[in-house]
Amino acid sequence: MARTALPPHATPPELIRNFCIIAHIDHGKSTLADRMLQLTGVVDARAMRAQYLDRMDIERERGITIKSQAVRMPWELDGATYALNMIDTPGHVDFTYEVSRSLAACEGAVLLVDAAQGIEAQTLANLYLAMENELTIIPVLNKIDLPAAQPEKYAEELAHLIGVDPSVCLKVSGKTGEGVEPLLNEIVRQVPAPVGDPTAPARAMIFDSVYDTYRGVVTYVRVIDGNLNPRERILMMSTRATHELLEIGVISPEPEPSAGLGVGEVGYLITGVKDVRQSRVGDTVTNMSKPAKASLGGYRDPKPMVFSGLYPIDGSDYPALRDALDKLKLNDAALVYEPETSAALGFGFRVGFLGMLHLEIVRERLEREFNLDLISTLPNVEYDVRMEDGSLVDVTNPSEFPEGKVASVREPVVRATVLAPSEFIGSIMELCQQRRGTLRGMDYLSPERVEMRYTLPLAEIVFDFFDQLKSRTRGYASLDYEADGDQEADLVKVDILLHGDTVDAFSSIVHKDKAYAYGVQMASKLKELIPRQQFEVPIQAAIGSRIIARETVRAMRKDVLAKCYGGDISRKRKLLEKQKEGKKRMKMVGRVEVPQEAFIAALSNDPTTAKK
Amino acid sequence: MVGRTVRHTAGMAGPQPDGAPAPRDGSLPDEALAGMTEPFGIYLHVPFCSVRCGYCDFNTYAPAELPGAAGLAAGFADQLVAELELARRVLPDAGQVDTVFVGGGTPTLLPAADLVRVLDAVRTRFGLAEGAEVTTEANPDSVTPATLAALADGGFTRVSLGMQSAVAHVLRTLDRTHDPDNVAAAVSGARAAGLQVSLDLIYGTPGESLADWERSLRAATDLAPDHLSAYALVVEEGTRLAAQVRRGLVPAPEDDDAADKYELADALLRDAGYHWYEVSNWATSEDTRCRHNEGYWLGGSWWGAGPGAHSHVGGLRWWNVRHPGGYAARLAQRCSPAAGRELLTQSQRYDEWVLLGIRHRRGLAVSGLAELGQAAVAPLVAEGLLRVEAAAGEVGEVVVLTRAGRLLADTVVRRLLGVVAS
Repeated sequence: MARTALPPHATPPELIRNFCIIAHIDHGKSTLADRMLQLTGVVDARAMRAQYLDRMDIERERGITIKSQAVRMPWELDGATYALNMIDTPGHVDFTYEVSRSLAACEGAVLLVDAAQGIEAQTLANLYLAMENELTIIPVLNKIDLPAAQPEKYAEELAHLIGVDPSVCLKVSGKTGEGVEPLLNEIVRQVPAPVGDPTAPARAMIFDSVYDTYRGVVTYVRVIDGNLNPRERILMMSTRATHELLEIGVISPEPEPSAGLGVGEVGYLITGVKDVRQSRVGDTVTNMSKPAKASLGGYRDPKPMVFSGLYPIDGSDYPALRDALDKLKLNDAALVYEPETSAALGFGFRVGFLGMLHLEIVRERLEREFNLDLISTLPNVEYDVRMEDGSLVDVTNPSEFPEGKVASVREPVVRATVLAPSEFIGSIMELCQQRRGTLRGMDYLSPERVEMRYTLPLAEIVFDFFDQLKSRTRGYASLDYEADGDQEADLVKVDILLHGDTVDAFSSIVHKDKAYAYGVQMASKLKELIPRQQFEVPIQAAIGSRIIARETVRAMRKDVLAKCYGGDISRKRKLLEKQKEGKKRMKMVGRVEVPQEAFIAALSNDPTTAKK
Repeated sequence: MVGRTVRHTAGMAGPQPDGAPAPRDGSLPDEALAGMTEPFGIYLHVPFCSVRCGYCDFNTYAPAELPGAAGLAAGFADQLVAELELARRVLPDAGQVDTVFVGGGTPTLLPAADLVRVLDAVRTRFGLAEGAEVTTEANPDSVTPATLAALADGGFTRVSLGMQSAVAHVLRTLDRTHDPDNVAAAVSGARAAGLQVSLDLIYGTPGESLADWERSLRAATDLAPDHLSAYALVVEEGTRLAAQVRRGLVPAPEDDDAADKYELADALLRDAGYHWYEVSNWATSEDTRCRHNEGYWLGGSWWGAGPGAHSHVGGLRWWNVRHPGGYAARLAQRCSPAAGRELLTQSQRYDEWVLLGIRHRRGLAVSGLAELGQAAVAPLVAEGLLRVEAAAGEVGEVVVLTRAGRLLADTVVRRLLGVVAS
């Protein structure tokens, strides 16, 4: 532990070390970070709560880190005091761009791998990203206290990946603290000091931007050149927006205002803006009165990849859902949405997400923080449809797939990486083939573990691919993917009709070869879910006007209770009153009454809910 | 030996509804007293059985379920008499009683003398109207010609026998082990005593074929009762039958099967000279309908005495505590056994008028329907669920359920009340 910390703004770059930790979700990154906070003295044991840096409840419960933060920690080695900036990185595939920006803010990365599990696909992807950014990699095996730990075996694997000798892998236990001090020393020794021009116009890269109810947007930056000071006006180079710097400081681990930030330093800015869109990850911050000529580069608008309709179960919650989305948007630059109307589900929003985790998190926050009950439609991707007359239609909602003469349809594809024990190669190949995947290559990380690289249509992995992968590999496989352009494909829209009326919420765009299976599956699922009506209800799946599957809900012939005597009357009337209440939860599709629950069950991919 | 008949009347199944607390003295609001309608019936609930049948969730107690039931049963007639005294105090202006119905449970577990003594109490406290209908439910196995004669002598005019089925395996599934021949003996005993006879049947028991059901219907009509009730078996939660269905030991009854059997019953009974006058009830003539039960559907008043019994006077509904021990204790403290009650709003009364009245052959006056209900009539007629008839007097047109409509009476009610669109 260092006796005194170096003051920000006056820290010579050669005493600064900026690093991040690359790890898989449950490989112990947050626990290791907690130990570092304690050892460096910035948090005392009493104030320590597990996974200190994960702010949101959902993050803490799921053990994942969505929003990165940066903590400045003092550390003394060989008589010199250093400032270590630990930049926390998101660990999930949906946030690859944020990860890339966090990596760009560092000179070194701790590659943290569970000594009982070995490296996972996302970690590998992030490792490659770090190597491309020319970061110094410090390989570390964590959880060596576990009885199942095999540090020697996985040290081989890591060494093979990075191209070093297995003996250089550090071995730590975030839980017991063993090996954490030597790791901090190695960070000082191995990670290069930042380099920049202190006299040049200021240039700082935004690697995170968080909305705080009390402070407004808190922007995390890494200064490359020059310096930033309180009270000056800053300029966001991509949006050309200008703001006054109300506060500037470092996190250690609570915000501490400073006299500014200099070359190589990492800290936060507060300008009073209320929307993270005005302070975008990847953008370059410069001084307005003496602006830099060129930005640092690498800025990209967040691009939604997965779309889903979100509808309130109680239609009167629509304004509350709109307000909730407006609030979430303040803290989530990647969240996009627009109102849409469904004949079956009423008023709602079509929402774009970075990926499936992003979708789940947003949905969960809407339900938990805003107390909303929601139905979400099956997730889908964005399609480019070219008509025979040459016009182009952009489809983010399957029910908007154009009628008429379609010349071609393009769908997004991804490069996916699957890591798994080699015994599962066969079943993984089978799954990827079913999902229209093309194998691009395969490498053995060790005799027992294999890396498989596929090109897959994104549409094929947004729906239950990961679950399937896990179940076919007894939970051992891991997956990473990144967008890889688009491809033309033989896609059709399958509609589901109830008693002759299309239910827009059930329309889906699928590959021609799978249309029949989808139609049959949906029709038989709905047959179980739709209560019998007074008349026979045909359930049909159709491509255009061609019916490809059909089921029938037979007409209800009896609903009366045989007995109604003196003691039954109050109960029967109360049941009727309840049905009047429940009317709100019934949707009419044409003449067919469909309970809300049937929509929820039909749209969920859990096979058990389909059977009542 | 099996106890009670299947008919459950004012002693309802399942839990009691939620309501407001009832006052200790049992007094009724003036509004209800002023609105008291005719006819006036008295229901007496006898909550004892020798064993509980697997499908039964009624408020009744077998010795295995309620140690001391025998002792409670011994003093039970006195408790009913005590409640009748309370009823007289609460309803000082009530006229004579038009109908009495003793249900259960198994009323004939009480000695005939006890049943007669309670009827005497009705007579002395309120008076019995000229031609009053006085019914008791009875178990075909436990009534003898002597019992039936004693009941007739005491003023009973009608007996309702729990036949359920004429098919041995069906009776076994229902846990009813009575000898089907005993039904015939009970019917002739009742006839000899000068009592009107009604038979109860159950259809849709797991394992019952359409042919089995036809056999039961023919066996019943061969006995030429005055009145027949046929009930679809309902698997009630918490019963042994429900547990067996859940475990897959017996198949769940199916609505389509019940519909087929209802249609068969209606056709076969009509051919045998019975006309329907309520969804589950058929009679040889208007005179042999169960007038007591008609009071439930047509807005009459009644006092239900006994554990768990429900009452209705002038838009006030109330219900007694269910447990025989609690019931006895209340009366011993000279306290009303009522557990809860509700005074119906106008709109609740309208809903009940529709939901109860439509079940009856008399139907609903179109002029009495709200706008929403009147609008629903034409489509319901077009769909074959209702038909419109001219009625005598000033009522004008009435709507009556067709056979298909009787099976879908709940749908008809929901549409007449606008719970679902027409």
